[in-house]
Amino acid sequence: MRKLTIPEEEYMRSGHTACLGCGATIAMRYVLKALGKNTILSIPACCWAVIPGVYPRHNLEVPLLYTAFEVTGAAVSGIREALNALGKEDVNVVGFAGDGGTADIGIQALSGAVERGHDIFYIMYDNEAYMNTGIQRSGSTPIGAWTTTTPGGKKRMYKWEPKKSVAEIMVAHHIPYVATATIAYPEDLIAKIKRAKEIKGPKFIQILSPCPTGWRHSPDKTVEISRLAVQTNAFPLYEVVKGTYRITVKPKKPKPIKEYLRLQGRFRHLTEEEIEMIQRIVDENWRELLKKERCSQEVKE
Amino acid sequence: MAIILPEDPTPIARVPSTENKTGGWRTFRPVIIYEKCIRCFICWKFCPEPAIEFDSPDAYPAPKPALAKFDTVKINYDYCKGCGICANECPVNAIEMVLEEEVEE
Repeated sequence: MRKLTIPEEEYMRSGHTACLGCGATIAMRYVLKALGKNTILSIPACCWAVIPGVYPRHNLEVPLLYTAFEVTGAAVSGIREALNALGKEDVNVVGFAGDGGTADIGIQALSGAVERGHDIFYIMYDNEAYMNTGIQRSGSTPIGAWTTTTPGGKKRMYKWEPKKSVAEIMVAHHIPYVATATIAYPEDLIAKIKRAKEIKGPKFIQILSPCPTGWRHSPDKTVEISRLAVQTNAFPLYEVVKGTYRITVKPKKPKPIKEYLRLQGRFRHLTEEEIEMIQRIVDENWRELLKKERCSQEVKE
Repeated sequence: MAIILPEDPTPIARVPSTENKTGGWRTFRPVIIYEKCIRCFICWKFCPEPAIEFDSPDAYPAPKPALAKFDTVKINYDYCKGCGICANECPVNAIEMVLEEEVEE
């Protein structure tokens, strides 16, 4: 007898070539647990393009199509329409891309796909830089972070631009379902994907998945850091169903952002003033989100 | 001239990745202390490999009689890369990370 809070079926096999403590593999494991076997995945160039192993090895129990970096949105639209033409409308079509392939390179294909309204899932696993090619800065890298293309030095050339909010870009497309999730809250993540499954139309889910190699933290802290990201409000968990916001995890007493930053080597260089500035940005974003939740619920009444 | 197509026109991967024994990557080995394990399956939930498997309830002694009806977990050392997430997340610290050279068989 066993009491489990997430589905027991396993669609991701062991023996993949991810780094130790990889957050993206945990994300994929939960996504497939929630979606089930009746799924087709499309993956662009990203960490997940190398994790299943080199040809002829395969790692997932579901079909997987590799595409070029910028075309995940177009590829999943094509798969969806081809399946519809064959009468297989019950198959889940999922684009599973990293943050570079979503926020920077793939955004026009994604924007087109969700605007055309295909019945697709688009899952962005957000490891906050181009991790597969060697930790280059992406649009989704948070403010203050070290990467190999923002290496610091005497002039302190770290990434000083704020993180691009892809979930908000998707909300602006007026699609039926947008959500953010993280691997430390698997029940929440799986519930969101199951809810999205019931909705027809484009669905977008952003999953924060820490990367020990690029974030410069010990591999055993992967889940702890993603939990801290939520508890410090650095990465709030919410969902937007047809324009109505709902925050799914509200920390009763948010922890100071310092606890989240200090565990990661990529933020080691930050001074006290810079941490205060990041704290201010995080607080502002949280208040904005609370207001959005309140306003959108009032508008719908 | 006739065009000869290969039998598989598109390259399809057919070898499961389980042939790839990633256990050799390991520096630290997670060892479950069954006298402490409360069988909550949190380690199974967060394992990125996944290398944690279920075993029968009577495979290992239970710390409390009330827990004896639940399944136990065991680690598949063929695939465990030794990241230590299970040891970090365990609520009762029932998993210990032991340096591979110091493991007593």
